[in-house]
Amino acid sequence: MRSASGTQGTVRVRFFARYAELAGRSEGTLTVPLPATVSDVMKLIQATWPGASALPAQPLTALNLRHVRLDARISDGDELALLPPLAGG
Amino acid sequence: MNYLTTAPLALEALLAEVSAPHCGGTCAFLGTVRDGPEDGGVTAIEYSAYDAMAEAELDRIVAETRRQWGDARVAVRHRLGLVSAEEASIAIAVATPHRADAFAACRYVIEEVKKRLPVWKKELRADGTATWVDPSGHPSMVGPQ
Repeated sequence: MRSASGTQGTVRVRFFARYAELAGRSEGTLTVPLPATVSDVMKLIQATWPGASALPAQPLTALNLRHVRLDARISDGDELALLPPLAGG
Repeated sequence: MNYLTTAPLALEALLAEVSAPHCGGTCAFLGTVRDGPEDGGVTAIEYSAYDAMAEAELDRIVAETRRQWGDARVAVRHRLGLVSAEEASIAIAVATPHRADAFAACRYVIEEVKKRLPVWKKELRADGTATWVDPSGHPSMVGPQ
């Protein structure tokens, strides 16, 4: 996988609760052409792991332990988490 | 700070944590596992979390509370793992010089937890079924345990 500029990054992807059940995994690593947004990585996730196609296209996401929007920029080494609807408390 | 625990929550310990001579008002909140008429026989809830983010998010919520209510002393614990009906899943204690701030700050903590904490719950029922709870109103069955 190689983008026009040739830059790529590694992203650790984490799945939780119901999304982990649907995806059949709790985490995985992806090589992502940069620049990329969370939304771009989401498409890659769904194309890479068969179970992940059952996930919503626009889930709640967190990047490096903080909530982010789908247009947030991805950097090499980031940890991206896909969060089912929150139910704490 | 470890806000997450699998042990039963002890409110007395939190009250002791926030107690201070200059605080004349202390507000405590307990969230407990409910089995109401519309809950379908919930015997327990299994809580899971994105631990590192939940700890970080609680750190941020506590810091915001202290910023907004300058003298507030805040203690929070969220339980993970299996929690039986009527047991507490979250305990919050806030002490401030006067009571109005204690109520407001305690309310702020629980409302932000509800909005932001990466914690999930699976309701376990007496009939052997389990359901992921989606507060937005779309429960999904995960089958007998």
